[in-house]
Amino acid sequence: MELTQAGRRTARKTLATLGIAAIVVTGCAAPGAVATPSPTAAPSSAAPSVAPSAPASAEASVASVAPSASAAAGPTCGTDPVTLSIYYETISELMPQLSAEFTKQYPNVTFDLKSDSFANGTSALPRLLSSDSPPDISRAAMLVDLNKDGLLLNMDKWATAYGWDQWPQAQFDAVRIAPDFKRGTGSIFAWPILPSTVGVFYNKDLAAKIGMTAPPKTVDEFDALLAKAKAAGLQPIMQWNASTSGGGLAFPLQNLMAAYGDHNKINDWVFDKAGANIDTPEFNQAATKLDEWVKKGYFPSDVNAIEYTDAAGRFGKGEGVFTFNGDWQNAGYDKDLPGKVGFFTFPEGVGMSAGVTYVVAAKSKHPDCAMFFLNWAWTNDKAREIDVKVGGGNPGGPPDGSLPTVSTDSVISQTLAAGAGVTKNSGAMDFIANATSTIFFNSWTPDLQKLVGGKITPEKVIQNAQAFWAKSQ
Amino acid sequence: MALTGRSSAQRRRTPRLLRGVRRSTIVGWLFVLPALGFYAMFVLQPLVLSLQYSFYEWDGIGPAKMVGLANYATVFGDEELLNAIFNAIKLIFFFSFIPVGLGLVTASVIRRAATGRFGTVSRTVLFLPQIIPLVAAGIMWNWVLAKSGSINQILSAIGLHSITRAWLGDFDWALPAVGMIGVWVLLGLVTLLLLTGMTKIDPALYEAARIDGAGAWREFRAITVPSVRNELAVCITVTVIAALSAFDVIYISTNGGPGFATLVPALKIYILAFVGRDIGTASAMAMILMALVLIIILPVQRLVRESEE
Repeated sequence: MELTQAGRRTARKTLATLGIAAIVVTGCAAPGAVATPSPTAAPSSAAPSVAPSAPASAEASVASVAPSASAAAGPTCGTDPVTLSIYYETISELMPQLSAEFTKQYPNVTFDLKSDSFANGTSALPRLLSSDSPPDISRAAMLVDLNKDGLLLNMDKWATAYGWDQWPQAQFDAVRIAPDFKRGTGSIFAWPILPSTVGVFYNKDLAAKIGMTAPPKTVDEFDALLAKAKAAGLQPIMQWNASTSGGGLAFPLQNLMAAYGDHNKINDWVFDKAGANIDTPEFNQAATKLDEWVKKGYFPSDVNAIEYTDAAGRFGKGEGVFTFNGDWQNAGYDKDLPGKVGFFTFPEGVGMSAGVTYVVAAKSKHPDCAMFFLNWAWTNDKAREIDVKVGGGNPGGPPDGSLPTVSTDSVISQTLAAGAGVTKNSGAMDFIANATSTIFFNSWTPDLQKLVGGKITPEKVIQNAQAFWAKSQ
Repeated sequence: MALTGRSSAQRRRTPRLLRGVRRSTIVGWLFVLPALGFYAMFVLQPLVLSLQYSFYEWDGIGPAKMVGLANYATVFGDEELLNAIFNAIKLIFFFSFIPVGLGLVTASVIRRAATGRFGTVSRTVLFLPQIIPLVAAGIMWNWVLAKSGSINQILSAIGLHSITRAWLGDFDWALPAVGMIGVWVLLGLVTLLLLTGMTKIDPALYEAARIDGAGAWREFRAITVPSVRNELAVCITVTVIAALSAFDVIYISTNGGPGFATLVPALKIYILAFVGRDIGTASAMAMILMALVLIIILPVQRLVRESEE
């Protein structure tokens, strides 16, 4: 179907407004939490540009090793007919495509697929999982709450059998829940695929105009670039901060927090470690720097009314030298500004990252087959191809898992490389928006908006978030 | 009535409990029963359950803990929740006063001046917002009220560029801007209701008034307004409830922002129940909202009834 520019924009906007509003309201605990149209929304609506024939850069294409050895061990689906039920997010094509491929390889396994919007799914899931015939596999975000009610399958047994314990462990941090219901340590309760990479996208043409030859390594370098952009009459940063999308200034704030302080302290806080505290001098310094950026006009003056899709669209039209966002927007940027978008993590090697999490019901009648399927989706070459094609990023999983080659020109090759750098550096941190289920709606978003409106001090933003966090402990 | 004359045979069939009850009464109840069943199941039962939940601390799945009035204390002790209620009261001005005031004027103008095809067209145009799903309306208004939206373009064109702003992102203007969406939505409904009332007015009354030398204003005050008193009561009731329980337009256009400037009780209830999974506090807030609606609506109803007598 041929869509006009306006029609496409309208469609995208409508979809996203609905999606984002709903998702952010429900306090998404996945990468989408900070104002993205859910982790899977972007990838599915816009397929990443995977150019199979293009020469791949060394860092973009990881050696293609079929990890069939690990797939063979551990429980399987057997040979008897099995029907797995999956409850997934309507907007994501991942599960339909993976399940179709799986049935091709294992004909005795068929699937019963049901889907819902992220918001509806999040509110319906507790009741579905507590019913007598729950879906075997479901997209779930608020893991701790579901775990408190005993609804999630403890995946440890299968993780050991399939050798997940031999893989990079940072990817499991966010899905581990301890017996005292703190995240970060304990048993694995969800399958985190496609860990996002969040950092700074930049418009290569505009960056060249302000004389940027390499990504900034320090806050001072970043500051200087922003000042140059402002002086050149450019919009230094394009960002969103409307409540309907959630406070997008949380991205630059968290990047600055990691630049001034230790990102592990942010993780401790997000994962509810006892005694965690972000009301410290370093993190206050980060908020003060953000406030300075606001006051200097580095963000659009109407940022409090800008929604996620508007920000992405305006950046795509060349408004904004930088924008803080995640790799789920890759395909959109590549389409709007082909070959002209660059990406870096700030500070280098540290980035917000969280997987799209699926859970297996504690009452599932086929836990072995469900887990075998999830492990297959991480380790089978065909499955990984689908992961990358649909998800737009690195699927995660085994360190030697195959990756389809991508065009070096595309921004996906840069986010893949940056993501690998974050993994190598153990620099992944979960989103500050995910610390509690309502902290994004009740604390970060309104306070970051008030910061823009000059109605609150940067210190107060941090103080309020810390107080809100402490109340929920 | 034939039905009341019961034969001895009929009396034998009638259960002892119902003996002495008029048969027409029983038949009447039988007719009402299905509707009553649905009403009890889908209105009364949730109401009673909400009241019950409001005394518990509960996440919707796990075990619930009785906490007495603690949830109500939470609501009244939380500045943001009180602020939400206060915002809803401010919205009454936009959702009720302006549409009813404007609607009265519009309806009487249409009645006097716009008969025939023009009247039909204007009625249709005014009523159109009622047919558009509020979600779509919210999205549309997002664009109209954006920094580069049509309202600001018009303002710039007439030399008022200095007051243009991103209306929904402005701390002082977001609530009035949302209120104006409410005016747009409700004006048509109110106008149509009042117009229906006005068509029932005997034209002879206007004729008599005109012979006595009454002008348009006098006619409006002495004949039109008193004649549509009942319709006015309906309009005020419906629009006040719309203001106090406003959800969809706000959810889509501002989601309570910026910084809670447009937070309303219904949105807060949604967040509490479905994001925070705090069913108890959400239920307490819902009960308070219901009480608030009744407190404001009942006097309006009484006022109309008294003036009728």
